[in-house]
Amino acid sequence: MTDQLVIALLFLVNLRMFATSRLDSLIRGVALQAFLLVCLAVVSREGALSWEGWTFLSVTGLVKCAVLPVMMTRALRSAGIRREVEPLVGYRVSLFIGLIVTGFSIWAAAQLPMPDGAADPLVVAAALISMITGLFLIVARRKAISQAIGYLAMENGVYVLAPALAVHGPLIVETGVLLDVFVGVFIMGVIILHIRQEFKHIDIDRLSELRD
Amino acid sequence: MIADFFAALFGVTLALILAPFLRTLINRTKARMAGRQGPPLLQPYWSLARLLRKGAVYSTTTTWMFRAGPVVTLATMFGALCLVPFGGNPALLHFEGDVLLMAYLLALGRFFTILAALDTGSSFEGMGANREAFFSALSEPALLLGVAGLGAITGSVSLSGIYGRLGNSAFLGSHLPAMIFILAAFVIVYLTENARIPVDDPTTHLELTMIHEVMVLDHCGVDLAFIEYAGALKLWALGLLITGIVFPVSTGSFWLDAGVSLASMAVLQICVGLVESLMARLKMGRVPLLLGIAFVMSTLWIMWVVR
Repeated sequence: MTDQLVIALLFLVNLRMFATSRLDSLIRGVALQAFLLVCLAVVSREGALSWEGWTFLSVTGLVKCAVLPVMMTRALRSAGIRREVEPLVGYRVSLFIGLIVTGFSIWAAAQLPMPDGAADPLVVAAALISMITGLFLIVARRKAISQAIGYLAMENGVYVLAPALAVHGPLIVETGVLLDVFVGVFIMGVIILHIRQEFKHIDIDRLSELRD
Repeated sequence: MIADFFAALFGVTLALILAPFLRTLINRTKARMAGRQGPPLLQPYWSLARLLRKGAVYSTTTTWMFRAGPVVTLATMFGALCLVPFGGNPALLHFEGDVLLMAYLLALGRFFTILAALDTGSSFEGMGANREAFFSALSEPALLLGVAGLGAITGSVSLSGIYGRLGNSAFLGSHLPAMIFILAAFVIVYLTENARIPVDDPTTHLELTMIHEVMVLDHCGVDLAFIEYAGALKLWALGLLITGIVFPVSTGSFWLDAGVSLASMAVLQICVGLVESLMARLKMGRVPLLLGIAFVMSTLWIMWVVR
């Protein structure tokens, strides 16, 4: 029952990320998404976790729910923007795309051939919807910071998919990925700051007009 | 059977007597949050009594439609109240599919309110009617889909059947997420239908920003009393749909069930008051997004029920 509740909350957070225009609530959304995914990894696992497991999970949780959101918030503050005013896809349309995508990911998760002993299809669906949310944010939003958040959301989805599919030793691989993501977001924060200082905005599509 | 009938009659009578008091609870909560003392406890009753003693003035441009509005609104709301079960007992009227009747009684009442508003020929009232029609068209599917979800969970198509069986804890467990989504959708629909913050502000003084209040600007005296009273009944009838999910009662003891239902209704009104105190009203353009969220929530139960 707990895992069902976590999955339900996860769907809600993803829909929230589809519908919100405020960048700070988008960051809170991605932090909450990471927190729920860590919770899901704990509750959907049968049997007790080893101490290595707990260490990996708590490090992941710390980085994804605290360090990365704080870095993003600082980048946001230094860039001096609060909301995405003109997204490529409007927020109401986004919400309904989110609904359709949710339905699709549940359907797709039910279709996927699962290895024996793999998790509930809804866990896979939750992973899929998180990845698709990230992809959607990258495609449909203009601000560089929204796209960085989309990248994080995608990574969150991948993170939950690995334990759900019962891959052996996923946590070690994931920790390596986590390091990459950490460095990635770090670099993105610096780049966003520099773009902002150079051009006074962080709209991606205007960068394509640059000339030598 | 006879006992059920009298229990239902008791529930409806209680609603008819106590419904205006719900306003008091909301207003008192808001006043306390703002550090004021608030109006007297029986103020809604005094207001109704004063309005009922007054005569009505009708503009010469209005027709019978304008006078029919309040009467039909009150009648439909009373009809809807008779369909909603109180305290775990079957409602006064219950049959297969009474859910739809309830939804359309609400819609009929709204339709006549809108017609009465348009009948005055005032552009402000036309604007309010426009918004009311738009927002209710968005909130109605959420309500119906949510009730459909409850019906699918409990295996019943009448409100009495649904809410009678919700007390059975077997529906919790795997259906808990579905129930939470439906509940969230109902709360948004509740705030919309009753014209509360964040959709509409019942205390606003600017006609341009009103939705429900502007439609009843031209009504006075007895007509306004009818509208106010119908509003209170609506607050009660739709509130029962929410409290029935959060506190499904089936203790077996009639008085205990009724007491729990009343207490949960009071808690709901205090929550509404808290929402009004803590939240600002949404921009008019963002209300459809909120109702879209309600719609989405009311569809998500499908994942846990139909698998």
